[in-house]
Amino acid sequence: MQQALGRGADVAVGGVAPERRARGRALLIAASVIALVVVVLQIAAMIGWDDAPGIASWRTVALAVLGWFIAVDIAVVLMHGVRGESALFLLPALQLTAAFVLFPTVFGLYVAFTNWNLSAEQGRTFNGLDNVRALFRDADFWRSMLNMVYYVIAVLAQYVVAFGLALLLNQDIRGRKFFRVVFLLPFMLSPVAVSFMIGRSILDSQFGPVAQVLGSLGLDNIALWEDPWPARINIMLMDAWYSIPFMMVLLLAALQGIPHEVLESATIDGASGRQTFFHMIFPLMLPVSLTAVVLRIIFELKLIDVVRVVTNGGPGGATDTVTLFIFREGIEKANVGYATALSQFYLICVIVLVTAILAIAGRWVQKFS
Amino acid sequence: MAITSDRTAHLPEITIPSVGLSGRRLRRTIGRTFTYGALIAWAFVCLFPIFWVVSTSFKVAQDIFQGRILPWLQFQPDWKGWESLGLSPSTIGEPSGNRDFFLKHAMNSVTISLAAAAIATVVGALAAYGLTRFSYRFGPWRNKDISFWFLSQLILPPIALAMPLRVLYRPDGLDLLDTRTGLILIYVIMNLPIVIWIMRDQFGSIPLELEQAALVDGATIWQTFFRIVVPLAGPGFVAAFILALVFCWHEYFFAVVLSGANSPTLPIQLAGQVSSQGIRWWSIAALSTAAIAPLAIIGILLERYIVKGLTAGAVK
Repeated sequence: MQQALGRGADVAVGGVAPERRARGRALLIAASVIALVVVVLQIAAMIGWDDAPGIASWRTVALAVLGWFIAVDIAVVLMHGVRGESALFLLPALQLTAAFVLFPTVFGLYVAFTNWNLSAEQGRTFNGLDNVRALFRDADFWRSMLNMVYYVIAVLAQYVVAFGLALLLNQDIRGRKFFRVVFLLPFMLSPVAVSFMIGRSILDSQFGPVAQVLGSLGLDNIALWEDPWPARINIMLMDAWYSIPFMMVLLLAALQGIPHEVLESATIDGASGRQTFFHMIFPLMLPVSLTAVVLRIIFELKLIDVVRVVTNGGPGGATDTVTLFIFREGIEKANVGYATALSQFYLICVIVLVTAILAIAGRWVQKFS
Repeated sequence: MAITSDRTAHLPEITIPSVGLSGRRLRRTIGRTFTYGALIAWAFVCLFPIFWVVSTSFKVAQDIFQGRILPWLQFQPDWKGWESLGLSPSTIGEPSGNRDFFLKHAMNSVTISLAAAAIATVVGALAAYGLTRFSYRFGPWRNKDISFWFLSQLILPPIALAMPLRVLYRPDGLDLLDTRTGLILIYVIMNLPIVIWIMRDQFGSIPLELEQAALVDGATIWQTFFRIVVPLAGPGFVAAFILALVFCWHEYFFAVVLSGANSPTLPIQLAGQVSSQGIRWWSIAALSTAAIAPLAIIGILLERYIVKGLTAGAVK
């Protein structure tokens, strides 16, 4: 739109009345001074400077910062005219994320190196790399990390099922709208609500319908939850129930976007169904497939709801996820220092993993196209 | 084989080795039977848990312990589960502590979800519009980097944010623990990446000429945005809002970390159902039904928008 505005934009900026710019600048300076004063007072109170007036609290600081943000927004428009107006579109989102993503993460880096326990009385002390050392020795933590590997691999199986469903739905069938709505439903339901019922009731080892069906097939007393691998697979099944609609929707939309001529030409040339699939459809679907799988993996790495409600990580940590483990440390045991260290470590792992996946995927797509 | 005019001819058929003289026709029938069969099977998988939840809410203890499945055929429906929520025909007119407890959670869920979804949609749409129409430069960072900053927050494991926030929200900190405002703020943050993703796609598909014409006629950027772009981007707004709503309604993790007695949401009430007396399935089922009903209805009515939101940007 800068092009649309052309020279006009420059003229407008240059043409902002000096009084307006002065007002904007004054507002900015005033807000900055106030915010700075409040921050200094708060720090002084924290350090224990008794002469400091006792007005400051963290809430006051937050309000002062908020005031400063708003002042910046207004000042930008006053001082920069049209270009200021265009900046105003982006500023609120930037300010929000700076306050609630950037600042907590940086603050977390500080907390991660203390031994802070919220229910302990001594408060926090800096404890150097103790948390990091404990992290590497924590077998339960590493078991939950290994579980994440299993869960991520399960995503690939979900992908295959989702693709199959998308292929089926893409055919000329009656009642397609009905199926599409029904298939989307699992995505719309509260995971906590339904996984509780699926996990504890439907899959109940004694009274659930699944156990009844298995019993009628002659498989009595199957331990659905007492052993590690059945428990994991049950969690994966429940997770799949939620996640497959998401991938299926993406894949179906992409399938419907493949022009018919492309497929017809293949059939004309005498290609069989399987050849058409592997050499034409699958490569065309590769970008969307990668998007769907990568997004699913990203969400999978955050898994906690289902596991906490159904097994709480059991039996013996077999279904534990990293998030649940850290949650237990930081909230149930109030070991905030250690838990923050764990979560920062996990954050780094996730960033590295996703970057690697995206890089490999990018190269793969290039090879195919 | 000659080109047929059958619409399904070009779709990869589920091929089955030719059987007998009328091979092709037979294969087609078998293929379609398989297709419908598979679809119905998956539909059953999708719907059975919902059926189970709803039907269990009408059971009594012995129905559950005897594992009965079909209402009226295997057991008589009973209002006991709904009574425990204060929502059955017999209790709905009378005061009920349980119903108040449920309504507190439900109203929190509704308020928090609507507010957070609305704010996220507005803030995110504005940012997305800015990123598609203007070229920004903040120091070394351009549009591409700013977009990346927002979208990469999707990757952020919530736990990495939850721990510091748990500390920051304390009474001697920001004092936002156990408040609706505190939860709304963090839900807005969690929804921003998705909203920006969807709206960027939406705004990108609106031709530039309309806005250029308005600007030439003397409208300001903001007037152009509100009068021309917003009406055209309606479906995108709806899709983004609904997806944000779905996320907030389901959200359990931040709710359980950051709320207590004042601001708990429905997922928390659900998860807290296991009491020392053992599990009362009928009341849990009733609660679950009440919790999933709103979004299920939205899903059925607004499926098109949800699909639009999910496929934004991912499908060209």
